[in-house]
Amino acid sequence: MSMTEDSMRELMERPPFYKTLTLRDWLWAVVVVAASIFAHVKYASLMDAYEVGILYMSAVTLVVIGWRWRAIQVLSLVVGALSIGAILLYGNDLQRSESNFFLKYLISSQSAIMWMSALYVLATATYFIGLLRGSEFINKVASAMVWSGTAMGFIGLMVRWRESYLIHFDVGHIPVSNLYEVFILFAVLTSLIYLHYERRYKTRSLGGFVMLVISASVAFLLWYTFSREAHVIEPLVPALKSYWMKIHVPANFIGYGAFALAAMVGVAYLFLERARRKNPDGFFASRMPELAMLDDVMYKSIALGFAFFTIATVLGAMWAAEAWGGYWSWDPKETWALIVWLNYAAWLHLRLTKGWRGVPLAWWAIVGLFVTLFAFLGVNMFLSGLHSYGEL
Amino acid sequence: MNATQNKRVAQRSMGRILLEFLGSMNLAITLLVALSIASVIGTVLQQNQAYTGYLSEFGPFWFEVFEHLGLYDIYGTAWFWAILAFLLVSTSVCVYRNAPGMLRDMRQYRLNVQEKSLRNFHNVREWRFEGSADDTLKQIQPILKLEGYKARLKDHGDHLVLAAKKGAFNRMGYLLTHVSIVVICIGAALDANIGLKFQLATGQKVIETRDIMATEVPDQSFLDTDNSAFRGSVYISEGGTSRIAFIGVKEGYLVQRLPFLIELKEFRTEHYPSGQPKSFESDLVIHDPEREEPLETTIAVNHPLVYKGYAIYQADFRDGGSELDLRAWGLFDGGSSEVEGKVNQSYNLSTPLGDYVLEVEDFRLFNIDQAPEGHPSGKERLNYGPSFSYKLRDAQGQANEYNTFMQPMIFDGRNFFLTGVRTEVGGPMRFLHFPADDKLSLDRFMNFREAMTDEARVRRIVTTQMMNMARSVGVDEETQAKAANSIITAVQRFVRGGYDAVSEGLSADDPELEQRVQAMLNVLVAVFRAIYVDVLEQEGIDTSQGISDAQIQFFDDSLNAMSAIHRYGSPVFLQLQDFKHIEASGLQIARAPWTNLVYLGCLMLIIGVFFMFYIHHKRVWVWMSEQDGQTRVLFAGSGDRDLPAFKADFDALAGRMEKLLKPIK
Repeated sequence: MSMTEDSMRELMERPPFYKTLTLRDWLWAVVVVAASIFAHVKYASLMDAYEVGILYMSAVTLVVIGWRWRAIQVLSLVVGALSIGAILLYGNDLQRSESNFFLKYLISSQSAIMWMSALYVLATATYFIGLLRGSEFINKVASAMVWSGTAMGFIGLMVRWRESYLIHFDVGHIPVSNLYEVFILFAVLTSLIYLHYERRYKTRSLGGFVMLVISASVAFLLWYTFSREAHVIEPLVPALKSYWMKIHVPANFIGYGAFALAAMVGVAYLFLERARRKNPDGFFASRMPELAMLDDVMYKSIALGFAFFTIATVLGAMWAAEAWGGYWSWDPKETWALIVWLNYAAWLHLRLTKGWRGVPLAWWAIVGLFVTLFAFLGVNMFLSGLHSYGEL
Repeated sequence: MNATQNKRVAQRSMGRILLEFLGSMNLAITLLVALSIASVIGTVLQQNQAYTGYLSEFGPFWFEVFEHLGLYDIYGTAWFWAILAFLLVSTSVCVYRNAPGMLRDMRQYRLNVQEKSLRNFHNVREWRFEGSADDTLKQIQPILKLEGYKARLKDHGDHLVLAAKKGAFNRMGYLLTHVSIVVICIGAALDANIGLKFQLATGQKVIETRDIMATEVPDQSFLDTDNSAFRGSVYISEGGTSRIAFIGVKEGYLVQRLPFLIELKEFRTEHYPSGQPKSFESDLVIHDPEREEPLETTIAVNHPLVYKGYAIYQADFRDGGSELDLRAWGLFDGGSSEVEGKVNQSYNLSTPLGDYVLEVEDFRLFNIDQAPEGHPSGKERLNYGPSFSYKLRDAQGQANEYNTFMQPMIFDGRNFFLTGVRTEVGGPMRFLHFPADDKLSLDRFMNFREAMTDEARVRRIVTTQMMNMARSVGVDEETQAKAANSIITAVQRFVRGGYDAVSEGLSADDPELEQRVQAMLNVLVAVFRAIYVDVLEQEGIDTSQGISDAQIQFFDDSLNAMSAIHRYGSPVFLQLQDFKHIEASGLQIARAPWTNLVYLGCLMLIIGVFFMFYIHHKRVWVWMSEQDGQTRVLFAGSGDRDLPAFKADFDALAGRMEKLLKPIK
């Protein structure tokens, strides 16, 4: 058994979690809590009790995630600093997005989102080049691109939030209210989940595959922006004016993101399985990690997605009870959420109870992505129902 | 073994087979898939629409097939509920069969494990240590404790077994998720009011399908206040009250009595600066005999009122009988009269062209829509102001739909009053554009129209014109009179049927038809113009210096409108002059007493899912026996996580023990 002295020591004396926190971690907690209190005081008039609760719960969650994953601290501080910078540059004049250099080319929400799009697409290509060349350096560059793209995506959303208030006091709302905004949310959340697994499994070989689905969502986003002018900020319909939106939508998109990631790992699994069968020494077969690891990532991702999708659906039901007069109306969106849920419930049963592994579950995860995609996109496009927000 | 015993054994095994079948994973997966497919059908085929719509969509044969399958209300059909019930039974059986074992598994340490079976584990180590088993134990126990294991020791005489486990709550996760499904289904079933479904099936309650007043609905379609769960809706006009709600069932409805009276004081819509609706609110007063003072409250979308277990939601709105002041302009006989109308009411309308029934259908205060390209306001969206819509039904029962705007709109820089007509159901709405005069009123156009329909006046003008013409050309009086008559007839034809009708009187096989029509049209336009000038003069406008370009434009626009009036299909034009806007608020009233049970199930589900995925059940055993002052140790473990993941955990644990205890090589 080969073990370094350091890791040995770590295993021998495991101190309680709070003792592992460094000064930096405590500073991080102080900054997040202070920022939340500042936001609370400054915007108290715009929030109801639930929203204040959501604010502080988010702060606590962010502190803990930052403790467990230090890179998140850096990401949050960069996003925070640049977003505040953009807000200060704007002042009270939305027109400055055209006249101010930094806003126009960097951190107005539109520019930031364009940067995000470019970085994600570049990262996809870079990951594949890294895989082709077998170069860890190139892979690290790709990871850096994903981190930067994610930062720009979050900045885009934060600044868009502010911009909506600049349009008109009444129009302001959190940017998770329409298809355009949630596509950005999807891209950044999926990227974050991917970065988490990249760190946890210490491999960058899946990057290209996962970023492919994110690039696809970026492509849709760009098409949607340029052909439909979807980026224009519209006021909220009355049905969406609720604190529920702030938790229901993000929880849903952690679910969607994790399912999408699982499907892309499924794609990688199928390619790798084939490659290993045909020629175990081929460049692809030799550069990718173990199949069992891909299988594990796929399971972890679906488990994560399932947990959050469950929360999101329950939150949705509770919101429906408050807005539409019943927690379940068999509305197409609700029903498709149930279908997605049942689909992954079946997947998990087959894996956990029947012991299925590998190829069939990889195929199923890919099919699952299409089911999810229909629930997320198809329902809004093809079916009418309460979620279409045509009226009231 | 006698026959009864045989039978009992057979029954027991039958029961066991049934239990095995119901609790099997294959059945569960099959049910999940079946439920998904049924749900997909329910989303693709729009549910609970008007049956006539389905009939025209699928044709009579498939309409009936689908109706028998219950596809129009899939989530209410017996077979859909049967799938759900099977899923419930399957899950319950699964819990029933596995729960005892799991609970035992959570508690038990398995201290009687055999050495041989430990050797067969995937993860196993064997060591020899100096010293007694007790010494070894003292060192091993803290390591396991540090890792969060709970341990029990058993002395088997010749050997000791230390059995440890952690993450037992993973098993709890299984129980919670599966029990939660049962809880949610039961709560939902209770809220779905199966009792009422039974009453409907046995005919104790009957669905009302006629569109009648609530007071005329027979008692067997009424539900009393003891009805435990329902979801109904009701529209209340401003100033009005309601003590009932309507529950939509299949192609009809039931009427639910409420234990209180709901009064709507006011319904409000607020708008964003861009015109889109921002909020819908209703000021309600709840009159309950059990209260000393009525309860006054305001509900809005996302902010319902919950009163005595009844939840009242802002769900919709519509016109609640707005009062409209209308002016009926005769389009073929001139003149106008005042008409009063209320939305949702019908009125008899006598015209020279017959009797009609006016059915006022709706009034809209705002019409916010895309602005036409290059609109002077520069806005993207415009509020076109109030409009009202109505049907005009003739004696044969045929009706056209109309939609008329109150204020003029700008097209190409000129103002027009718009009124639309739809002559066939589902067809397009075609709009007439009546030009507005300098005072933005309809007066000049209507005066012009009246002059056109006034035979005496037309005759006077035509005759004057003829005389002027005859003087210069030199035509005798008889020819003049003949020509005048044919011109007057042509004007009348134009009034009745537009330009197309002008050529009606001419012989179709006349080789010079086209020239004749053209000549006639030229003459007609000159006559129209003379009539128009006459109308202007009547208004007091001096036309001796000719008329302005704007007035000529008005003339052209008027003729365009008049040439299409015969396609308007109505002898009158109803102009909206004033209104009193009265709205009705659409309330959804629901009673779902088991909601909290469903939420409890949801909470169990979420907690269970996290327990299952993020708590890992692990067991390790330390099997020890003393030999010659040394202790032989067998360390083995198993976990429910994936092999590689548990192996890593196990290796780390074993590594730590080796480091600390320094086994003999």
